[in-house]
Amino acid sequence: MTVVLSVVFATARTLNVAASEGGVHKAMTEPFVSRGFRGRRQPGETAARLPPGQYETRDFPVLSAGPTPRTPLATWDFVLRGVDGPAARWTWDEFQTLPHETVNTDIHCVTKWSKLNTIWEGVSVDTLLAEAAARGVKAAPYVLAVSDGGYTTNLPLGDVTGGKAWVAVKYAGAPLPPEHGGPARLLVPHLYFWKSAKWVRQLRFMEHDAAGFWESFGYHNYGDPWREQRYSGDP
Amino acid sequence: MVTRGVSSVTAATREPGSRASRAAAIAWRLATVVDVVTETPRARTLVLDVPGWPGHRAGQHVDVRLTADDGYQAERSYSIASPPEEARIALTVQRLDDGEVSPYLTDVLRTGDRLELRGPIGGYFVWDVAFGGPLFLVAGGSGIVPLMAILRHRAGALLGANMRARHGVPARLLYSSRRWEDVFYRAELARLAEDDETLEVAFTLTHEAPRGWTGFRRLIDRMMLAEVAWPPAERPKVFVCGPTPLVEAVATTLVELGHDPALVKTERFGPTGGSA
Amino acid sequence: MDDETRNASAERVDGEARRLDGNAAAGILSEIFVPDVTAAHATCANCGTIRAMGALLVYSHGMGMVMRCPDCDAVVLRVARPRRQLWVDLTGVKIIVMAG
Repeated sequence: MTVVLSVVFATARTLNVAASEGGVHKAMTEPFVSRGFRGRRQPGETAARLPPGQYETRDFPVLSAGPTPRTPLATWDFVLRGVDGPAARWTWDEFQTLPHETVNTDIHCVTKWSKLNTIWEGVSVDTLLAEAAARGVKAAPYVLAVSDGGYTTNLPLGDVTGGKAWVAVKYAGAPLPPEHGGPARLLVPHLYFWKSAKWVRQLRFMEHDAAGFWESFGYHNYGDPWREQRYSGDP
Repeated sequence: MVTRGVSSVTAATREPGSRASRAAAIAWRLATVVDVVTETPRARTLVLDVPGWPGHRAGQHVDVRLTADDGYQAERSYSIASPPEEARIALTVQRLDDGEVSPYLTDVLRTGDRLELRGPIGGYFVWDVAFGGPLFLVAGGSGIVPLMAILRHRAGALLGANMRARHGVPARLLYSSRRWEDVFYRAELARLAEDDETLEVAFTLTHEAPRGWTGFRRLIDRMMLAEVAWPPAERPKVFVCGPTPLVEAVATTLVELGHDPALVKTERFGPTGGSA
Repeated sequence: MDDETRNASAERVDGEARRLDGNAAAGILSEIFVPDVTAAHATCANCGTIRAMGALLVYSHGMGMVMRCPDCDAVVLRVARPRRQLWVDLTGVKIIVMAG
């Protein structure tokens, strides 16, 4: 058990860089360890399902970069916007008539928590793309998800097709709560969860890749948890 | 926890806020726990000896960092409970059952252990006697901690001062807790209020009150604030600290009652009212 | 405090309940600015309101710290620390007047 832990969490080790002030400890060969502190991690039988550097959580942390948007369903719409030409738009009522799927998946946040066996319900992005194509919307190699409140995240087209992505409207059998991105969020579980944009309102096709909110601010452009692609510059 | 007579000569080696003390503030230091005081069943005060501590202002906080033997780290902020006049700093920590850091600080840490921290931090939510009054402090749960530093500093600064000086900075504290057992610094607050006619302390209990309780018995609301706060015309310096929803409700209500928003300073502790 | 939070407003266990004041950013800001910046004043580049940095709303997202204007909710400042490098986005702030 100890061996597994030290391999999984090796990246967390830090050295203290300190000025030579009285009482301030200098860079040490043996970093300070808080006696008896273990933290919240739970290794165990689920270890194989956890990507490197992750720990399992039983709760569902809420990470917010801003106030919770509260778009009324009467005014909510979802848009698939082509590079030029027509866009496809669904109102909430229209969205409900699309075929929904139930998804049981593990999710992995770059802040190191993973939650296993999360259950969602939503419309597959494949379904939306097919509908949009029928309305003349032209696809492109890249997609930008745009959310209420201004959040954006970018993905290659191949990562939202082939049964890998949904626009989810339910979590754990109930309507998606606002703090978790309701009424609808993008769900792309094979990538770090910052790509699963909360409060998503648009998928915009792009000919060229363009970095979103976190991708342009030190985080990895792609974000594969199994290759631990957390930050820009990670291989 | 105000220990009079303790020399503060070593505490303030330089003027807090000056450029030199600013550079020192950001470095991590190893403090030693010299005393642990039980405040309530779920809270204790850690008294720390911090070598080279540059001094602080009432209202500031420190960042605490814990490191496990595999390198895993967790960091949280804690308000300083002790006034600038004291050489050792005190942190009062409330245990959050699902917290990652607070149970370590309340259950595991003991006298003689070391604790990594950096600070003092924060130049916005601070009060010095020179700022003047009247002073209106509103605390929700563990939000009392930085406000206690303010009251201790006020008491220390006015000790022996003449009546005019004391009346120049009158203060009122409104302190909300679930139960009387959850109230921090009970005895000290009673003594401070008793010894000083320019300080008034009002409690409100929101869940359960002891027999014969004559204080408030509900969540802080507009009527209570209108009753307890200084009139807006007196332009009190207001400090509100506690869980985010309480702080926002109180700050909004005070502004609705006519207080100048620029004079209402807030310190939100997040949803649960403390660092987990 | 948990019960009070729930009683006060059931739907507020979300981004708003978690937000903090500029003070919460003071620690990481002290790694960027030498004078204490929480008492300094900033102009929101989006709506022009001027207020103390300590009065800005802080959303302490695990990936970074986002400070927003309480009036218009625009992002005033962003700080992230990927790989121990400090990233600072100041595009939302027009002027900072450092308190002497």
